[in-house]
Amino acid sequence: MKVRANFSLVFNLDKCIGCHTCSVTCKNVWTNRKGVEYAWFNNVESKPGVGYPKNWEDQEQWNGGWELVNGKLQLKSGNRRNILRNIFMNPNMPTIDDYYEPFTYDYAVLQNSPLLEATPTARPRSLIDGQRMEKIEWGPNWEDDLGGKFKMRGQDANFADMEKQVYAEFEQTFHMYLPRMCNHCVNPACVAACPSGSIYKRAEDGIVLVDQDKCRSWRMCISACPYKKMFYNWESGKAEKCTGCYPRVESGLPTVCSESCVGRIRYNGVMLYDADRIEELASIPDDQDLYQAQLDLFLDPNDPDVIKQAKEDGIPESWMEAARQSPIYKLIVDWKVAFPLHPEFRTMPMVWYVPPLSPVQSQIDQGNIELSQDGMIPKIESLRLPIQYLANMLTAGKEEPIVLALKRMIAMRSFYRSLNVDGETNLAVLEEVGLNEDQVRDMYRYMAIANYEDRFVIPTSHEELHQEDFHSFQGQNGFSFGNDGCSISPEASLFPDKRKSTGDNLEFVRYHPAAKRSDGEKA
Amino acid sequence: MNLTNLIFGIYPYIALTTFLVGSVIRFDREQYTWKADSSQLFEKEQLQKGSILFHIGVLALFMGHFAGLVTPHSWFLGWGVSDMMHQVVAISAGAAFGSLCMMGGVILWKRRMYNSRVRSNSRFMDIFILNWILVTLGIGLLTIPVSIYHAFNGDASVMIALAEWVQGMLLLNANPEMLTGVGFIYKLHLFLGMTVFFLFPFTRLVHVWSAPFSYVWRPYQLVRTKFVKRR
Repeated sequence: MKVRANFSLVFNLDKCIGCHTCSVTCKNVWTNRKGVEYAWFNNVESKPGVGYPKNWEDQEQWNGGWELVNGKLQLKSGNRRNILRNIFMNPNMPTIDDYYEPFTYDYAVLQNSPLLEATPTARPRSLIDGQRMEKIEWGPNWEDDLGGKFKMRGQDANFADMEKQVYAEFEQTFHMYLPRMCNHCVNPACVAACPSGSIYKRAEDGIVLVDQDKCRSWRMCISACPYKKMFYNWESGKAEKCTGCYPRVESGLPTVCSESCVGRIRYNGVMLYDADRIEELASIPDDQDLYQAQLDLFLDPNDPDVIKQAKEDGIPESWMEAARQSPIYKLIVDWKVAFPLHPEFRTMPMVWYVPPLSPVQSQIDQGNIELSQDGMIPKIESLRLPIQYLANMLTAGKEEPIVLALKRMIAMRSFYRSLNVDGETNLAVLEEVGLNEDQVRDMYRYMAIANYEDRFVIPTSHEELHQEDFHSFQGQNGFSFGNDGCSISPEASLFPDKRKSTGDNLEFVRYHPAAKRSDGEKA
Repeated sequence: MNLTNLIFGIYPYIALTTFLVGSVIRFDREQYTWKADSSQLFEKEQLQKGSILFHIGVLALFMGHFAGLVTPHSWFLGWGVSDMMHQVVAISAGAAFGSLCMMGGVILWKRRMYNSRVRSNSRFMDIFILNWILVTLGIGLLTIPVSIYHAFNGDASVMIALAEWVQGMLLLNANPEMLTGVGFIYKLHLFLGMTVFFLFPFTRLVHVWSAPFSYVWRPYQLVRTKFVKRR
């Protein structure tokens, strides 16, 4: 056993209102600059829909993620030699039109226009070549709230094995939001595909980052990420991705997308997992067992063996405490209401989703729907969202875990309805779904109330413990000594910018060979 | 000092020094700019044809030139490779890979100049170096008929002179006199080719240094820790 901690998230889709505040805050912080206008580290998709970039979930088209070849994990885009062979042209990489052509408008026309009969208009202009765009054909959220024809959004890969034409009918239509960001996977395909080895997972918190100085724009990560959350900055020629807002997380703050979430759907916390079992559990043959496999990968922070090993592996006590308080652990392991997005990609994502319940009210009023025993809350089978669709998205098509999660969420409502309306504790609804009263009260606290301090349990990265004299941080910001962090190594720079023999206690090492090791090897 | 001396006696060292020292300085000081600078995000179909042809061609040409020019004459004779045979191989391989490279290069040039997205995403040096390489390549291809003429007459002197000049130059003993009997077209190709090396560190060509062969034996997953113990 090798214990590692991962900064993880859960999104409670049941409460997502599709307001895009997460996407906009993220864009303003991270991608509001040249070359990544088209990139959304966080986006919210309307489902069903083909999403962003178009049809990203269909790995027959994009060859992202992993597959099993003779029982062994291999990138779906090919073995190492195939990847190198494709280095002159990556056949799996999306082009800008698969995302959308970024645009602005000729706003100045509105102010500079002479007096006209008609109102002047600000026409769109491409942000890539500056040319006039006669018509904007696609955007980052073109299918918002089921915009467009069913023919288009019906291509959604989650309709696999379903009679999808039924849902083209207006009466049968259904809708949910899917906010997406980098999953900071335990078995990331982007890291594995990078020919120059510039992408890495941080040992301390599991955040996946791109070393911007080492990226050589071989662009294999763009296609290898099955979630298409690796972006090519066409100005810098480097791969850029969600940073997990690591400067905030290191200080114990939630990511900006989580902080700004209006619906309070986002949870940030720590999960522990066994790094020695990644390969074994990611190579389980049946796709439908991968959800359970990832549950098996997680470690219980209350288990004395885990605590002992964690100490040996250098996990700070505050992180263990955070793991014990982790809202993520409760949602994923204790209540089993959260699921990984497309576990069949075998990347073992660390952003999990609570599936949404869906509206039925007018159907109840018309008496069309079978209700549970309290006569108010519908049975899960009558929900508008087909279970199979959710299962295709979250459990590689296995329906039972989704059904249980939704039933538990309904049971929670049932319990609290009887508590608040009838003034009695209805334990029968809980027994049916295998919950006890304490659990459901906890669920209510975390999922319904969702206070800030319950949603975000983030230990700091303890920079201070890594400094012999942390006052040396003073003077590290503001004026620099120029050309920061851009030499072969701090020790062997062609033009040394630091005096080595004078005191400098800052031990931060940007890139150090000794700091690099593989999952397969012992450090 | 005359022009020949300047170009074939001194310029090779300026070009090679700039190539090596410039690369090291850029890697050290401006590694963020060290990249292939792919434009595949904007255009894929033309790139598929152009880039693959161009790269296969240019890599084979580089290796062919290197092997042909740097290997001492006596070694070839020792291996039983006659001058005639050497000429035939050089001419046919050069023509074959030169044509592949030219086909790819022209496709890439058309793409870069006429695809408005790629064009507007191009820096001055991107277009300049592509043009320079294509001209160098074109002149290189034009030497082939002359070489064929030499081979037909059983005259290997130009080939040997070129190789010995290169070897002398690499041994820090460049002797422009050796090129006296070499035709203008070869000399022009030499100048253009040396200039590619001169320009190299100022262009996207630096990505050649970073050809990622180590990927083949690297473990899939990389984990870095932020702090290392003080040594």
